[in-house]
Amino acid sequence: MAKIKGDIVVNIERCKGCEVCIAACPFMCIAMSEEVNSKGYLFAIKVNDDCTGCSNCALVCPDGVITVYRAKVTVE
Amino acid sequence: MEEKFAHPELRTPENLVYKRTDLLVDCPLSYCPGCGHGVAHRMLMEVLEEKEIASKTIGISPVGCSVLAYDFLNIDMLGAAHGRAPALATAIKRLWPSRYVFTYQGDGDLAAIGTAETIHACNRGENFTIIFINNGIYGMTGGQMAPTTLPGMRSSTSPYGRDTDIMGYPLKITELIAQLPGTYYVTRQSVHTPAAVRKTKKALRKAFDCQDLGKGISFVEIVSNCNSGWKMTPVQSNKWMEENMFPYYPIGDIKVDGELIEKLK
Repeated sequence: MAKIKGDIVVNIERCKGCEVCIAACPFMCIAMSEEVNSKGYLFAIKVNDDCTGCSNCALVCPDGVITVYRAKVTVE
Repeated sequence: MEEKFAHPELRTPENLVYKRTDLLVDCPLSYCPGCGHGVAHRMLMEVLEEKEIASKTIGISPVGCSVLAYDFLNIDMLGAAHGRAPALATAIKRLWPSRYVFTYQGDGDLAAIGTAETIHACNRGENFTIIFINNGIYGMTGGQMAPTTLPGMRSSTSPYGRDTDIMGYPLKITELIAQLPGTYYVTRQSVHTPAAVRKTKKALRKAFDCQDLGKGISFVEIVSNCNSGWKMTPVQSNKWMEENMFPYYPIGDIKVDGELIEKLK
């Protein structure tokens, strides 16, 4: 069965931890890290495999730190 | 840091769906976390990228939070005196009509000190785009009351809430200039949800398309949050904006192709 699978890459050093992406994600894929980046901000991380690559998080991110990939993968 | 749910095999150029446009300079933005300016900058640059007019566009940055826009937007930019961006844009567009010209202004710049310049540029029917970021407060200087501050809204110079008896009413400058015959496309958008961001991008695209027609000002207001000035978290401020700003500043087109939308008549 083919399934849409997505992946996000967060530019950790640029993320300011505003959490707007968490509110925008329809699949609760994003949460805040427990560590901080070099500026002292918590940053966004992917916390499950439900991402479909809808790019909602990347659209609302004020600093444009999220890059989104999407592919059709075959799963049994 | 170890990424638990990462899929490096998906990260190939052909699977790329969305990335920050290269027309934004690769440097951290100076805005507060969660500020709508960053999204507005990115959507503006994406429109220029799609239209392939980045090399033919001249932008004018205002005085306010976005005064450093010339550091972030990788196109030709000029800085204007406080509020005088429409006057400078008029000069540039008249001297060099083949260039796309836009001003990027906040509510203190456009609706307070620059009200006269804005209204007269719109009344003359100049042919450039005005992008107006309305967050109802003076963000850069420390959250003072702006002309667009809502009645009852607290700011550092109206600590008990804006009292309309002594401080006047919020200025709906977008509705005001929509009445002028010199404006061709007037709209109000926001950038707090993915759907709103997509609509804003469409509006900006239309605004730049209107410059090709040469029929007058295209004016895009973007209602934005100022979580630092409003003393809220970014997510709370977006919710507050939906509940309080949108009833007073309704989202949607106000004037399309030189015709006022029915509900305003």
